[in-house]
Formats: sequence, structure tokens, C-alpha cells
Amino acid sequence: MPDKRMTEDEVIADLESGMTIGIGGWGSRRKPMSLVRAILRSDLTDLHIVSYGGPDVGILTASGKATRVTYGFVSLDSIPLEPHFRAARQAGTLEDFMELDEGAFYLGLMAAAHRVPFYPTRAGLGTAMLSENPGLKTVTSPYADGEELVAIPAFEMDAVLLHMNRADAKGNGQFLGPDLYFDDLFAMAGKKTYMSAEKIISTAQFLDEGPVHTLRIPRVHVDGVIEAPMGAHFTECPPDYGRDEAFQKEYAATAKDPEAWAQFRADWLELESHEAYRARLNERGLEQRGQS
Amino acid sequence: MSEQSEGDITLDEICVVAIAEAFRGDGEVLCNPMGPVPVISGRLARATFEPDLMLTDTIAYAIEGNLPFGGDSSDAVIESYMPFRSIFDQVWSGKRHVVMGASQIDRHGNQNFAAIGPYRKPKAQLLGMRGAPGNLINHATTYWVPNQARAFSETVDVVSGPGYDRIAELPEASRSHFEIRRVVTDLGAYDFESEDRTMRVRSLHPGVTLDQAQEASPFELTVTGDVPESRRPTDEELALIRDVFDPKGVRKSEFR
Repeated sequence: MPDKRMTEDEVIADLESGMTIGIGGWGSRRKPMSLVRAILRSDLTDLHIVSYGGPDVGILTASGKATRVTYGFVSLDSIPLEPHFRAARQAGTLEDFMELDEGAFYLGLMAAAHRVPFYPTRAGLGTAMLSENPGLKTVTSPYADGEELVAIPAFEMDAVLLHMNRADAKGNGQFLGPDLYFDDLFAMAGKKTYMSAEKIISTAQFLDEGPVHTLRIPRVHVDGVIEAPMGAHFTECPPDYGRDEAFQKEYAATAKDPEAWAQFRADWLELESHEAYRARLNERGLEQRGQS
Repeated sequence: MSEQSEGDITLDEICVVAIAEAFRGDGEVLCNPMGPVPVISGRLARATFEPDLMLTDTIAYAIEGNLPFGGDSSDAVIESYMPFRSIFDQVWSGKRHVVMGASQIDRHGNQNFAAIGPYRKPKAQLLGMRGAPGNLINHATTYWVPNQARAFSETVDVVSGPGYDRIAELPEASRSHFEIRRVVTDLGAYDFESEDRTMRVRSLHPGVTLDQAQEASPFELTVTGDVPESRRPTDEELALIRDVFDPKGVRKSEFR
């Protein structure tokens, strides 16, 4: 049986500058944040990020790690506009992006997962999605209807990063929250897929955790498994934990002030390991309880 | 209606009913309103004249029953599972009616909530395209505009939701599912049931004159015949809005 367990730093060692990296989750929900922080503290540059974006896209664009982004939206959910991403867009430091209708983005993932060049849709006709993205083409139906449709190109991704509630060492993944989002398609679409999980358990334990329908990431699509408790923090990862709204607010506020952003990065985002991050979170929790 | 209770009715309640009216006749579709006033409208329509609507808890479940806006839905009866992937499938199936906002909207119904200024380097990055391109071309859409004077525009900077002029340029097959059902603002309700498919005054909220509505629009509003007053909530509707769907008055926060 394969044993795919590895560390965040070992994942980074597999990645190269200039790569296209897909990131699972949705907005500020179940994002592989321990892996995003590992990218931030690495030497990687010039990355192309593909994501239903949240703080992953905010952090990687604000830091200059990402020079290109393909996205369905970028939001912190409880804070509708991701302020770091917004600042980058308005400053013009991120002019290389492809923004797609949220549903059309799903088709780009599915096309890559199914190894076809595109999936067709009506979404985008008559809008800036088409007129502002010269790289986006239309196709004409070969059937009698002859309809013209937008061809959403397959998202070729060198690597994909995901976070699951549970995984086994072989690379099977389990989500226990209300929504898988599109992580199964991300897993299939990546040339290499790295999956962090709150907890690595034995395969036989999966059905003690949730019903069989929650076993949606099969190991044939997974190359590395990283045990990362609190690995999605500060994004939500139900039922293990909700979003840390106070932390997210602090993160969001730093978009207005370069010094505060540098301090926040040093204090939280560029710590040497996920263990160090968790230790600091524990200290913060103790401090907060002490204050209340 | 007595003068006393007429005086009691507030603008937010008129708007809730005006949006609820946009769902009239929808039957069995997924009603997907965004934001306090539209969500309350959807729940009100289902509780009264449009009982077959499906509504979500705005997370991942379609739910039964009359829940307050923003209230705890953990005890609600779940009738179907609607994760985001199913929502997109639902969009493409066409059995959906969405309510979205608009930072800018023009007389043809072109809508922008993506960005102000040049698209590649905007003055203000707003929500982005989100699901607007797919929604508009697949099923009925209603816009909720709490500040008409601010949002009505001669032209829009970025087209996130296409209007009737842009749709008219597309082949028949691409056009056939497009419908902007209604635009509801703080002054009135508008539709596109005019010959040239430009924004037509459907009704004006109590106390609003046509001149006032026109003043709050940089483009000429289309008028066909007499413009009625927007329907006032019934006593039953008022009780539902105030006591059941929004006892905390969250809806009032949209008027700023």
C-alpha cells in the first residue's frame, strides 16, 4: 500500500517558479492555508493561481508570489471583497488575470479533469467576460441548432493543493462539512495533487467519521498527504471548526497599511512551520481567554 | 386601509412586496435571492401567493418553513441538498429565478457589479462578475437597487449582466432563456415590457411622482399609459415581514 505522507516543506520542494497551481476550497472556506503559507515563505515566484479565491489569492497576490490569477471570484465571504486582492487590482499590479463566471469556472475544472480541451456554455455571451478576455473563444455547435457557445478552456494545472477533514496515508480524502465545493475535480485536474487534512486516520475508520457519500477524493488522484490540524485556519473547516472571524478581520485590515501587512506576515504568515503557527494560535487563544 | 396603518407602512416593506411580486407566477422554481430585502421577499412570496417556490438557507440546503432572515436554520426541515455545484447545474437547467444587486444599470438592463473604471485596472474593484453572465442568459433575473439615483447610469463601465440590446445581437438559441423580470428600486418597480425593450416604469412607490423617478435617472424612463402605485402590503404580509421573517429589522440596513 502506498504511503504518501509528507510535510508542507516537502510539497514546496516539488514545486517550481512559473508553475500553475490550483487551490481547492471556496472563498474563505476549507482552504489549504498551511500550504499557502508554505508557498509564501518559499523562494517560489511567478506563480499562476487557479482558484475560487479567498485569502489564498489575497495573500499570494499581495505578496507578489502570484503574477497571474484565473478565478471565479475572490471573496472572504463574511467580508465580500477580498481587500488584498482588491488593492492589487486597483494598483494595477495584477493585470494578468482571467475572471470567469462562477459556473463557467466549474467547466474549466471539469474539462481539465476529463482531459478534453473545453466545455461549452452560454455563460459569458454579451458580457465583459468574453469581450475583456481575448483568449476566450467561442465554438459553433456541429448539430442542426448551430448555436454559438463559449468554449471554457481546460485549466492545465501543474499542481493542486487541497484541504480535507480526513485522509488516510494512501491518499483517500473525506469531507465532513456541508459542501465538497469542486475539490474532486481539482484533484483529478492537477498533474500532481497534494492534499492536507485535519487528521490522518486508518482507512477502516472513515465510516466512523461520516457516511460513504463523504468519501469523494479517491487516492488515484492524490500524490501527497499532509497532516495539518487547523490547516485551513482562519478559513472555515466545519465540522472541525468555523471561520476565525476576528483573525480574518485583522488580516483584512492590513490591506490598508503596508507596515501592518509586513507585521502581520512576520507574526503569522511567514512563521517557519505550521507547528509554529499552531503554537502561536494557542498562545493567542490563551491571551484572549485571559482578557475575557 | 385606515390612515393610521397606511402611515405605519415603511419604504422597506413596500420594496419587499415589490420584489415578492416579481416571483408571482414562477411556480416550482428555485428562488435564489441575495441580501436581506430580497431574501425576505422570496420567503414572503412562498408563504403567501407562490407556495411552490424552493428556497435555500443560503448555505447548502433547500429548506421548508418560514425562517427569519439570518436566523439559525439548523432545525429547519431540509427538502434537498444544494451545494454550489448543484446551484450551477440548476442555473443551466433554467428552473431558477435570481435576485442580484447592481452598482450600475442602464436603460437596456446592462448591469455592472464587477468594477468601476477600466476593467484591467479599475478605480474600484467591486464584487466581480460572480454568477451574473450565466444567470442572465439561462433564467429569470430581478435586480434590487436600494438607491436608484446612485445606480441608474447612462452606460455601465463593465457589463457583468447583459441587457436587452446586447442580447438582441445574439442568435435566437442564445437569447431564448434571457429575461430581466424586474428592477426594483427605492422609488419604484421597472420592467422591460416595452416595445423597444427599454426600462419601463411599472409602478411607483406610494408618494413618489414620475418626475421624482425621472430625476433620479440619467436616462429617459419609458412610460406606457398610466403608472399605478406599487402594491401595499396586506395586513397578513406586514405581520409576516415584521414578526416572522425579519423581527430584528435587518432589512432597514439596506437603505443608507
